[in-house]
Amino acid sequence: MKEVFFNKIKWPYPIKWNEEKEFTTDILILGGGIAGCWAAIAAAKKGVNVILLEKGATIRSGAGGSGCDHWESAATNPCSRISPEELTIAMIKDHDYYNNGISHYIECREGYDRLLDLEKMGGKIRDTEDDFKGAEFRDEKTKLLFAYDYENKFTLRVWGTTFKPALYKECKRRGIQIFDRTMATSLLTENGKQGGKVVGATGINTRTGEFYFFKAKATILCMARPARIWLFSPGLPGISEFRPPQCVGDGHAIGWKAGVEFTMMEKSVRGQWSGERSFPPYGTGNTHNTWYACSMVDANGKKIPWIDRDGNILKNVSQRYRPAPGQKFFLKGGGESDFHLYDYQGPDILPIDVLLEKSYKLPFYADLPSMPEHERKAIWGLMVGQEGKSKIPILEEYNLKRFDPKKDLIQSYGEGWMSSSFLPRERQLFGLPGGILNDWELKTNLEGLYAAGDQLFASDCNGHAAATGYYAGRHAASYAMNSSEPILFYQQIESEKNRIYSLVNRSDVIGWKEFNMHITRIMQNYCGEIKSKELLNIGLKMLEDMENNEVPKLCARNPHELMRSLEVLNIHTNAQLIIHSCLARKASSKHLHFIRSDYPEMDPPNWHKFITIKLQNNKVKIGEIPIDYYGPLKDNYEFYNRDYLKGEN
Amino acid sequence: MKENVYVILKQSISEPISINPDLCIGCNKCIEVCQVDIFIPNPEKKNPPIVVYPEECWYCGSCVDDCPKQGAIKLNPLLMNLVHWKKKNGNKE
Repeated sequence: MKEVFFNKIKWPYPIKWNEEKEFTTDILILGGGIAGCWAAIAAAKKGVNVILLEKGATIRSGAGGSGCDHWESAATNPCSRISPEELTIAMIKDHDYYNNGISHYIECREGYDRLLDLEKMGGKIRDTEDDFKGAEFRDEKTKLLFAYDYENKFTLRVWGTTFKPALYKECKRRGIQIFDRTMATSLLTENGKQGGKVVGATGINTRTGEFYFFKAKATILCMARPARIWLFSPGLPGISEFRPPQCVGDGHAIGWKAGVEFTMMEKSVRGQWSGERSFPPYGTGNTHNTWYACSMVDANGKKIPWIDRDGNILKNVSQRYRPAPGQKFFLKGGGESDFHLYDYQGPDILPIDVLLEKSYKLPFYADLPSMPEHERKAIWGLMVGQEGKSKIPILEEYNLKRFDPKKDLIQSYGEGWMSSSFLPRERQLFGLPGGILNDWELKTNLEGLYAAGDQLFASDCNGHAAATGYYAGRHAASYAMNSSEPILFYQQIESEKNRIYSLVNRSDVIGWKEFNMHITRIMQNYCGEIKSKELLNIGLKMLEDMENNEVPKLCARNPHELMRSLEVLNIHTNAQLIIHSCLARKASSKHLHFIRSDYPEMDPPNWHKFITIKLQNNKVKIGEIPIDYYGPLKDNYEFYNRDYLKGEN
Repeated sequence: MKENVYVILKQSISEPISINPDLCIGCNKCIEVCQVDIFIPNPEKKNPPIVVYPEECWYCGSCVDDCPKQGAIKLNPLLMNLVHWKKKNGNKE
C-alpha cells in the first residue's frame, strides 16, 4: 500500500478562484434533496426552465438520499380509512397547534400522488414480488404494505433506496440543469435590499472554487434544517447522525440575511443522535419507527409487556398495530419522545423506570425471533434494508457478522429509539422544529421566494419533503410564468464574491472545526434547556463578538474547506437567529420544549401563538400570528389548487 | 520495512472506507455519489480513489451500494458501534 501524506496531495480539480459565471433561468432551486428534486420536476412539468443547485451529489444527496423505509400520512391511498383533514388536525392537536397546518395538509393530501409518480419513475412502492403475501399489513389487491395502524392504513412501507436515483433520472429526463457540488451562498434581491423581491442567488463550486450567480424569476429554498448548533463531533461529525453532516441549515442562514421570516425557531429538544455519542439510527434493538412494534425481553428473557393508551396489556403482536378500544386511529407508538394526546396515542412498551421497579433486569433486547415471520422480515430485511442509512452499515454488516434475526436477541441501549443519553443543554432541532413561515402557496414573506421540505417550520420526513417540494415547484412556476424579467444588482454580487474569497489562504487562521466547536460551547452554556434573558444575552454577545474576533480568521485552503468554512459561518448565523427567537418568546411552553426561568408559567394562554422573526434594515423584527393562521384546511387548499384538482400538474 | 516509517501529519480517528485495489476498476462512481465529497480521484488513472476526508463520512453506504464491482469498496463501521447480540435459546423464557 502506498503511503500518502494527505497534506501533500495536489488538489485534483482545476482551481478557479475569482472566476465567475452568470446563468439565467425561470426557476432556481436551492438544494437537491427530496424536496428540491420534486420541486424541480413539478416546475419542469409546467414548461419553465429550471436550474437546481446541490452542494453534494443530487443522485444521493440529502437525508433521504440513501433510503427511506416508510412514507407517512398517505391519507389518500385507496386503503386509507381516514381523511386528510382528520389526519392533519390530529397532527396539529397532538403538538398543541405548534405545527404547520398547511404543509402537513399538503403531505396528507398529495403525498400518495407523489408515490404513484415515483412508481412511474422506477421507484418501488409495492410488494410486486409477493414477498409478504398473506401478511396482515398487506393489501392483497394493491400489494401496498402498511406500517403502524393496520386498521387505518395511512403509513406505507416502501423501498426508499430506489427513490433518489429514480428522481435524479427524472430530473435529467426533464432537462433540469443540475449543478452538483455547488453550494448556494446568498440570495440576490431587487436593488440588493433586505426584504426585497428575490431575483436569484449566488453559489460556489465546491471543487473548483468558481463563483456563480443565477438570475431567476422565482427561487425555492429546499435545503436542510439547522444542525451542529449545540452538538458537533469534530472527529466524527457524520457517524450516527440521522441527517448528513453537511446538512447544516445553509438555507436558513442565507434566508435570514435576506429578510425571510421564520417561526418556532425558539424550539429545540434534548439531543437524540450525534456524532460518536450514539449508535447509528436503527442499529440497536428498539421499538420505534423502523422497528415498530418489535417484541422486547429483559436480560433473563422475560417478555416486556406492550400496553395500549389505557395501560391495558396487549395480548398478542397483532394488537400493537391496532387502535385501542374506542379509539378511531393512532398516530405513532413505540417510544415517541414528544407528548402525545390521549386521543392519538399508540401502543408502547412500559417505560423503563416502571420496568425496573417491576424487577425487569437490564439489558433489554429486541426479540426478533419471537415475532411472526412477516413482521420479522418486515423489520429485519425490508425496513432496516430501506431506511435512511441502515442498508449497508446495519443490515449487510450485521448479516456479515452472522446476526441471525431468527435466533439472535439484539441489545437495546436506551429508551425509545435512542441509544444514548444527552444532557439537558445538549440540544438539537429534531422532531418538528422551527423554520420558514409559509402561506398557502408555500411562498415566504419575500416576493419570488418559496420554501419546501425541511426549510419549512414543523417539517419532517420524506413524504412531507416530496409533497411540499412538488407543491412549491408548481406554485413557483405559475408565479414565474406571469412575472417580469428580474434585474440583478451587481454590487450585491460583488460584495458576496469578496466575502467568499476573503476566506481563502489567510495567514492568521482558525479552522472550521474549531469555529464550530466554539459555537456549540456557547449555545450549550447560554441557550441550553433553562433559558433566561441574562443567559441568552451573554450568548448573543459572545456570538456577535465572534464576528470581529474569529470570523476574520476563518480560513480555507482549498474549495472543499471553503465549503466547510462557509457552512460554519451559516451555523453561526443560525445560532444567532435561534437566540433572538428565544428572547422573543417571553413564556415557557411544554410543546416547544421551551423553559424560560424568568417566565416560568407554562403555556399561558396569551402566548399560544406563533412568534415570527425576521431582519429588517439589519434589525431584528418580532411579530406574531394566530396559532391557526392557515384557516380552514380543505377550503383553502381547494381554493389555491384548482388547477391541480382539475388534473393539471 | 525499516525505511517505510513516517510521521503521518494528519490522521483520522476512523477509517470508514476500504478499497480493494485488486477489484476496484477506478471508475470513480463512489466519488460521484458521495454527498459529503470525502473522496478524490487517484492522480494515476484507473487506480482506486483516495479517501481524503474520512472523518466527514456519514456512513450512509451509498458508495458501496452504487459500486459496480461487488466487494471493491467496503464500509467499516466504527469499532465502538459494535452492537451486542446473543442467541435466544441460551435464555430462560
